[in-house]
Amino acid sequence: MAAVPDVVALEMHGVSKSFGSTSVLDDVSFKLRRGTVHAICGENGAGKSTLMKILSGVHRADGGTMALFGSPYNPAGPLDALDSGIAMIYQELNLAEHLTVAENIFLGNELHRSFPSFQLDNHAMVEETRRLVSEYGFGIDPEVRISSLSVGEAQLVELLKAIHRNARIIVMDEPTSSLSSNETKRLFEIIFELRSRGVSVVYISHRMEEIFLLADDVSVLRDGMMVFSGPASSTSTPEVIRLMVGREMKDFYPERHVTVGSVTFEVRDLGDGDCIGPVSFSVRAGEIVGMAGLVGAGRTEIADLVFGAAPRASGELLLDGRPINIGSPAQAILHGIGYLTEDRKRTGLCVKLPCDWNITLPNLSKLSHGGVVDLAAERAAAVDFGERGGVKWPGPDAPAESLSGGNQQKLLLARWLMAQSRFLIFDEPTRGIDIGARRDVYLMLNRMAEEGRAILVISSDLPEIFGVCDRILVVRDGRIVADLETGSTSPDEVMKYAVTNTDIGRKDVK
Amino acid sequence: MNRFAKQLLPFSTLIFIISLWTFLVPCTFLTAENMMNVLTRSAANGIMAAGMTFVIISSGIDLSVGSMLGISGMMGALSMLVLSGGSWASITSGQNIDLVVPAMVGGTLVSVLVGGLCGLFNGVCITRLKLAPFIVTLGSMSIFRGLSYIINDSRPYATADYIFLDSGMVLGIPASIWLFALTFAICSFLLGHTRFGRYVYAIGSNRDTAFLAGIDVNKVLVMVYTLIGLLTGIGAMIYCSRSSSAQPTAGIALEMDVIAACIIGGCSPSGGKGTMTGTLIGTLLISFLRNGLALLGMSTNLQLVVIGFIIIFAVTADRLATSRESN
Repeated sequence: MAAVPDVVALEMHGVSKSFGSTSVLDDVSFKLRRGTVHAICGENGAGKSTLMKILSGVHRADGGTMALFGSPYNPAGPLDALDSGIAMIYQELNLAEHLTVAENIFLGNELHRSFPSFQLDNHAMVEETRRLVSEYGFGIDPEVRISSLSVGEAQLVELLKAIHRNARIIVMDEPTSSLSSNETKRLFEIIFELRSRGVSVVYISHRMEEIFLLADDVSVLRDGMMVFSGPASSTSTPEVIRLMVGREMKDFYPERHVTVGSVTFEVRDLGDGDCIGPVSFSVRAGEIVGMAGLVGAGRTEIADLVFGAAPRASGELLLDGRPINIGSPAQAILHGIGYLTEDRKRTGLCVKLPCDWNITLPNLSKLSHGGVVDLAAERAAAVDFGERGGVKWPGPDAPAESLSGGNQQKLLLARWLMAQSRFLIFDEPTRGIDIGARRDVYLMLNRMAEEGRAILVISSDLPEIFGVCDRILVVRDGRIVADLETGSTSPDEVMKYAVTNTDIGRKDVK
Repeated sequence: MNRFAKQLLPFSTLIFIISLWTFLVPCTFLTAENMMNVLTRSAANGIMAAGMTFVIISSGIDLSVGSMLGISGMMGALSMLVLSGGSWASITSGQNIDLVVPAMVGGTLVSVLVGGLCGLFNGVCITRLKLAPFIVTLGSMSIFRGLSYIINDSRPYATADYIFLDSGMVLGIPASIWLFALTFAICSFLLGHTRFGRYVYAIGSNRDTAFLAGIDVNKVLVMVYTLIGLLTGIGAMIYCSRSSSAQPTAGIALEMDVIAACIIGGCSPSGGKGTMTGTLIGTLLISFLRNGLALLGMSTNLQLVVIGFIIIFAVTADRLATSRESN
């Protein structure tokens, strides 16, 4: 490894940030040295993205200071940060799809001819891009459109753009999540090249093997606090995993009284013919099964397949041991399957429609005769189930968007409570809701299980999985890689299954 | 209460316009004759606007209604003439033929059927080809118009006897007004009291949510576009009765009036919002505005300008009211 010079490129000191009453970052400090790769890890929601958004000027810190090469740094916005030499490369790329590589690299910074001076000098821009491309050794034609590039190539274009702007600090958020192993290898070579030229790279990732391959320094965030920051050589993979998940299990999770019955729902060799499967698992009556894994591991995709929301290529679904056919959400609901989706605003609610309509939406056939809805019965049922779900609303005809996140979630719980579903999938049931509502959701999950329903909980929050589930399925790369009893496993073990990637030979990168 | 408040703005504008005209042109505006006249002239557009309400609430648009009116009218009239036993030469040359009542009924049904088929075509293209309603109906607007010209080589059909839907009276009220009222009663019921109506709101509000809640989104959308087609078929026959002929040019630019009625009545172009009462008020508002301006001697050209401003005003006012509500 190259000798690491000890110039501090960026220093953050005591940075904190809260959104509303939720504290996201609390007194975070870290130092980024010039010409090094600094990995930042942490669970989903630990505050990594917020920290980087503060660095790149998207958010402003509530407290704390930042210094760039020794002078105070207070970006007014992303452009200001870019001018200061800090470039962000997000998971979702920010390129103009219909423009060419060269046009993207020079976007906002176009070269003009000397005469007439308003005319763009396309030739010079293409040549300059060609020079950059060859300097970093990858074969992208400067004149092709971004839309015809692979995700990996597009990401390289983002990097080139940052290099072209003379970025001194480049922040990459989970850059390998959508890359092939070859593209990953190439990306790593470029990162090493940048480092040797004195550029500092902040590298956000969950993937332990990448972190220990690339990073000179490692910082670990947990619940908005920096729990570790130091040289990579002074720590290890198990240590970092322990730091990431090592939250105390308070008495936060309600006690469970399980009487697990026979298998209610079973999935055999389910697959979409592409990235998902084959997946097999079963859930018994009264049982709450957790599904853990990293974002992008394929958990939601598995749920979509089970519910008929995505086309199934293979596999069998059994309810009470009998095979059932599910080709659409309508059929799934008919068979007594409920699905509380990950994103309540985008796929759960009709936010502009009244609360009562949202509760009864999949249940209208029970409330109607020959297509005509009994509006009085509907209102009564919605109020009844809204109360059972613990929804606090200004009134049943208030639009769903007027409720808080927690109450919106309870609205959806009320919906599936009313549907009398036998098997329920909850995808991230407590994402973005406050502590009080979270506990209510857990109580509701327990109550549903006690009534003999079979429940699958998908969650990126490991303490939550350990707090509410009887059994844990770990998903990685679209497959279930472990089926563990909650009592006889540990968060470290689950995390190990979730992050360890044994089938990609990345060790030979250097 | 909430829903009533949302109707308040277009409703009060309607009252304001009626009072204004009563004041400005007292001897001609507020006469039974003029009122009947306004309502009769609103009937066809109103019936189509009722269908458009479903389309816009589902977050769609149908630009082809004007052309659909043309083709339905031509096909309806042609069937009427053929069923009455007219010779091909006299039919195509536009001579008057004595129409018999069963033929008139048959022709009317054909018109409704053709409209329904046109709507079905739109609906199937939108759902099967997964195209935006704007694109599909922009295309079919041209297709249907072209076909209505081709049917009789750009010539109209004469239907002199077919006047019932315009001036025929039932219990002292013109038949077209009965149809107008009946359509709104049925559509209000469909929208507010049936699963179909609820699903239209849900799809317009959030299509993904609707799908995941078990709604057959494609089926509902095909029904929505077929419904506006059927209603346009009725509108076509009212036009036919009024002009005693089926014109291949009938309904050019009519989609603008129909869409405007819905928007002024509070339908949101982004879907999930709108009511039948609102659309009814929107339709009447446009008609009364036109009528009053005409009585004041304003040219039709200037009327267009005024109506355009009203649309922009209505939507702006609605947005301001909505943003105040959410603050």
